[in-house]
Amino acid sequence: MSTVIRWFWFASPQTFFPLAGTAARWSAAIAALLAAAGLYVGFFVAPTDAQQGEAYRIIFIHVPAAWMSMVIYLAMAFWAALGWVLNARMASMLARALAPSGMVFTLIALWTGAVWGKPAWGTWWVWDARLTSELILLFLYIGYLALTEAIDDPKRADRAGALVAIVGAVNVPVIYFSVKWWNTLHQGASVSLTAAPTMAHAMLLAMLLMTFAFWAYAFAVVFMRARAIVLERECGAAWVRGLSNPAIGLPT
Amino acid sequence: MNWHSATEFFAMGGYGIYVWSAYAATAGVLALEAGFALRRRRRALAAARERQA
Repeated sequence: MSTVIRWFWFASPQTFFPLAGTAARWSAAIAALLAAAGLYVGFFVAPTDAQQGEAYRIIFIHVPAAWMSMVIYLAMAFWAALGWVLNARMASMLARALAPSGMVFTLIALWTGAVWGKPAWGTWWVWDARLTSELILLFLYIGYLALTEAIDDPKRADRAGALVAIVGAVNVPVIYFSVKWWNTLHQGASVSLTAAPTMAHAMLLAMLLMTFAFWAYAFAVVFMRARAIVLERECGAAWVRGLSNPAIGLPT
Repeated sequence: MNWHSATEFFAMGGYGIYVWSAYAATAGVLALEAGFALRRRRRALAAARERQA
């Protein structure tokens, strides 16, 4: 079987549905384990920061949530574009399933940033480039969700959403590079792909563990939501009717 | 080990209110989102079953 055929095989909702169920359960378990390890290292192994005292421990959720908010947006734009160009329904459904999780991580990044900003900078909020562009990301998610939920016809909703998602993707590199392009109150990157991290090993380990925990959580929730969307849209299809056949097994 | 007592742990060097409100909000929002996703799947399943009946 060629690779192309296999890709399309996975792209069918009928194949996706049971796979996503298994993947969601495993991802949820992995997320719980990684979060437990990350919290342990973050609170009991990582040392007190010389400049910020204990307040810096917010970093273990703030930075992973901010990364997730950007990664999920790019994933959403990618699947939305793919669904639009190839008219692939599973890709469009994945884009729709990603949006609420992206919005949640953006909210967490903004909230944890505010309660970190207060002790570190003396203010909850400033209109600097990093914070403002992250706020714009939140509005993009809200706009995408409002638009797609407002249009009844799923195909038209997918297409309208794809347009917003693709145009809004310009904002992601703006967020990422904002601390370099402009003078911001927000500190520069502590971890990057091109330079050695500027933090203690235990701090870095806790942050990475929490990042992977958030990834696994996102996989679990997005797969679960995608399954719901598949059922909502395809409940008339023959394969869904076959799910109640005891030989195939009821979905759980 | 960073802490000598539970009180010291929860005080977070005086930053307890900031640290714990950040963690509580994160845990709360994530739990809420997972709950909504589960409920949506349960309702979709019930609707699909009803259609077949």
